[in-house]
Amino acid sequence: MSAPPAPRRSYREAGARRRLLAVLDPGSFRELVGPAERVQSPHLAALDLPAAFDDGVAVGRGTLQGRPVLAASQEGAFLGGAVGEVHGAKLTGLLRLAAREQPAGVVLLLDSGGVRLQEANAGLLAVSEILRALLAARAAGVPVVGLIGGGWGCFGGMGIVGRCCDGLAMSEEGRLGLSGPEVIETTCGVEELDTRDRALVWRLYGGKHRIVLGEADLLVEDDLAAFRAAAASLLTRRRVLTLERLCQAQEALEGRLADFGSCADPVDLWAAAGVVAPAELPLLEPEPFLAAVARARRPVP
Amino acid sequence: MERLSYEVEVEGPAAPRAPPALVGVVASGNLEVLVEPGDAGRCRVEIATSARGFGEIWEAVVRDFAARHPVAGLRFSVNDAGATPAVVTLRLGQAVEEYLGATR
Amino acid sequence: MNLDELLQGLFPSGHDVRVEGAIASGTGRLPGLEVAVLGAVGGAEVGVAEALRLAAGVLRVVRDHPGRPLLFPVDTRGQRMARREEMLGLNGALAHLAECVELARQRGHRTLGLVHGEAVSGGVLPLGFMADEVHAVPGARPAVMNLRAMARVTKIPLPRLEELSRASAVLTPGLESFVATGAIASVWQAPLDAALAAALARPGGPDRRMALGAARGGRTLAQRVAARVEEEGT
Repeated sequence: MSAPPAPRRSYREAGARRRLLAVLDPGSFRELVGPAERVQSPHLAALDLPAAFDDGVAVGRGTLQGRPVLAASQEGAFLGGAVGEVHGAKLTGLLRLAAREQPAGVVLLLDSGGVRLQEANAGLLAVSEILRALLAARAAGVPVVGLIGGGWGCFGGMGIVGRCCDGLAMSEEGRLGLSGPEVIETTCGVEELDTRDRALVWRLYGGKHRIVLGEADLLVEDDLAAFRAAAASLLTRRRVLTLERLCQAQEALEGRLADFGSCADPVDLWAAAGVVAPAELPLLEPEPFLAAVARARRPVP
Repeated sequence: MERLSYEVEVEGPAAPRAPPALVGVVASGNLEVLVEPGDAGRCRVEIATSARGFGEIWEAVVRDFAARHPVAGLRFSVNDAGATPAVVTLRLGQAVEEYLGATR
Repeated sequence: MNLDELLQGLFPSGHDVRVEGAIASGTGRLPGLEVAVLGAVGGAEVGVAEALRLAAGVLRVVRDHPGRPLLFPVDTRGQRMARREEMLGLNGALAHLAECVELARQRGHRTLGLVHGEAVSGGVLPLGFMADEVHAVPGARPAVMNLRAMARVTKIPLPRLEELSRASAVLTPGLESFVATGAIASVWQAPLDAALAAALARPGGPDRRMALGAARGGRTLAQRVAARVEEEGT
């Protein structure tokens, strides 16, 4: 008799630490500068906002299918996972540690709206430092893997950080972009982007569009075990920073702009990419979706 | 922000020592609770809350909680974003369970 | 300071920098040294097209002029906010640009960011702030967003925000704050060519912005927290 399949446990609904514990090997996670050390943001109290004991991110070490990794998980429920001074410094410290000790990889569970405006300058600078530390870790030969499936997705400067990973796994509900829908609506008006049009928001930012664009490598179910499997498989993927590869990426991105630059909506883009029934894509389950876009996908080298 | 601190004398055996445990999240109407080993014979609860002027209610919730759970020798720290007493009671209970769970 | 004045000050021996569609690119001459100049200027917004032109510029220098220093003048009001830009994967184009700057660094190019106008968020992250060192000239206006917009997004009343920001380099937009937090290493005074030559004579080295912020008292925690993560992990 075979065991019944394990029930799905939502990644999106789980908190930052539960995600981390489920993605890493059971019992392997050791947190660094954990909540009991109370390294909180000193900038929130002045704004009458409560701080969090871990400033919204857990960082530490563990193993993934037996391989030693460093890992971090952002808590989207706390200030939208936004990066402040402490939050950012924990991530930068982890990535610097990675460059030095060369683990099998770094796994980033991203769930963030970007820079924390309540400490804006420190937040922007922190994202910049994360970006430099991440690319330095990669240059030192350590693969960095990103997972996007939380409630906030991955936006602002963290959207740039996410795309600087060697490999990226997303759920359909995970969202990735630079300026989020609310920011565009507030800044440019509802004519540019109506956030009440949820279908449009998913078409623009959701995992499926990112897969077609080639911005995400794996589309996974909203399931903790599926994200764990995706993280393990991405650990072997490298996008080495060479002139040759970046020239190929340049060509691919210029091709994207030339071919899709005049599209008005992602559905038009999917059609232009060669998807046969583009309007159906949002309705498809992952497997038939991947079959439908297999030839239209444009992975960035 | 308001900072509150309560110390309740608790009878019964001291809770076993375990690694700190954290439950909940600082989000509107919610809170996080950190549990650690503290001083023998008492239960200490320290609260930072964005909702001012609810000290009496906090005290009542804390005393009720300490009377119902084996919390001798434990220290609780709370970051609160305006949770209701029901949510506070729930989280405190979860925190004890999480902490003691690690000792079993 | 406008770009012409800046370039004249930096390269009194001459330069061939041209601005096309908000992207400045070309070469400046210092005694015995050529410097590649590349940046989004004129308060430009950076969209996918601009990001790719900038990335192509970095790759061209790396391919054709190994080791030539790169100077990124910065005057950008940020990323272009539009549905089309998001549809086309603007974050990915900016990430590619950041990777190109990292490649240049790895291959021994010195990189310098120099803020002479605005320097806002997504416009400055992948290029100017990716440099080994970031400097500014007087009158530069770096910011994440203005206080009015910040008040709207954070729902903190504007007067309260203004009051708080007076006391905090972490919150106030502007050059003084960005120097205090370590984002900007120094403000260059004339003669600019001497300041440029001095900066290029220093080795690249690691990201020093946390240490600067701690030493200047504008951002005191970052350095300690990052170091603690590294130490506990060792």
